[in-house]
Amino acid sequence: MRLAIFDSGQSFGTKILFALIRMMSGHPALDILKLVRYRPDFYGRPMQVVTQEAMRGPSVWSVGDRELMAAFVSKANQSEWCAKAHAAVAEGAYRDGKKVSAVLSDLETSPIEEPLRATLRMLYKLTRENAVVAGDMRAVLAAGVSRQQIEDALAVCFSFNVTNRLADAFGFVVPGPEAFEAGAKYLLARGYR
Amino acid sequence: MSDIGQARKALTARVLEGDGKASPAQRRAAFNNTGLAGPSGNLADKVARYAHAVSDEDIEAVKASGLSEDQIFEIVVCAALGQAMRQHESALAALTAATRKG
Repeated sequence: MRLAIFDSGQSFGTKILFALIRMMSGHPALDILKLVRYRPDFYGRPMQVVTQEAMRGPSVWSVGDRELMAAFVSKANQSEWCAKAHAAVAEGAYRDGKKVSAVLSDLETSPIEEPLRATLRMLYKLTRENAVVAGDMRAVLAAGVSRQQIEDALAVCFSFNVTNRLADAFGFVVPGPEAFEAGAKYLLARGYR
Repeated sequence: MSDIGQARKALTARVLEGDGKASPAQRRAAFNNTGLAGPSGNLADKVARYAHAVSDEDIEAVKASGLSEDQIFEIVVCAALGQAMRQHESALAALTAATRKG
């Protein structure tokens, strides 16, 4: 990572945690953990509350749907670390790697239902163009997505438009697939708390 | 989703108004992506608009301008949060307009 404080500036307890993670999993702690555990009162802890609600709070969208949204937004932001991390979680949640790959390769031809497709289309525009208009929202509503579902999707989009930027600005190192699979298992079991 | 709006407000308030190493004015400028001069301003703009292009050199330039790593951490967080909030607000406004009756 680009700032040494994410390693040298961690609390003693966090350093012990990271040593345990390495010992038990065989992998170093993922860089996202270093980010959220550094001065957690400033960013990590309040952001975890937001992301936990977005990704695991009550919603008509499944956990898999929301992890797919996270991966899709991350890909739109060209955030390799986040796209790979959340594709792994979505694959685990859906137990369907092909579906996730298909959406990330070509949304329009992927084998998903139209409400999800219309929502992802809107999230892509919002992420790439930084704004959407009423017509964009009417298209999502017309596809059978409720207002609440749109708000829930926007909550995911918000969390990942923040996280993607931090991952890229701080230079998260992209590990191998085994590390992301281990991270995915953790997120599916424990969420974002 | 209940209370997520409150959680976002709490996050924003903490980052902008709580204790920090960068001044509240610097953090607010990074959040708004306006008013930060020199390498800090360049970095905040890049984080907001194309973070995937941030380089080691961008970070080093801010360090060379005199900011500590803690100040850089805070400015980058503020820039990221500000851009995401503007996107989110745009989307909520569009949703309200789309669902307005009459």
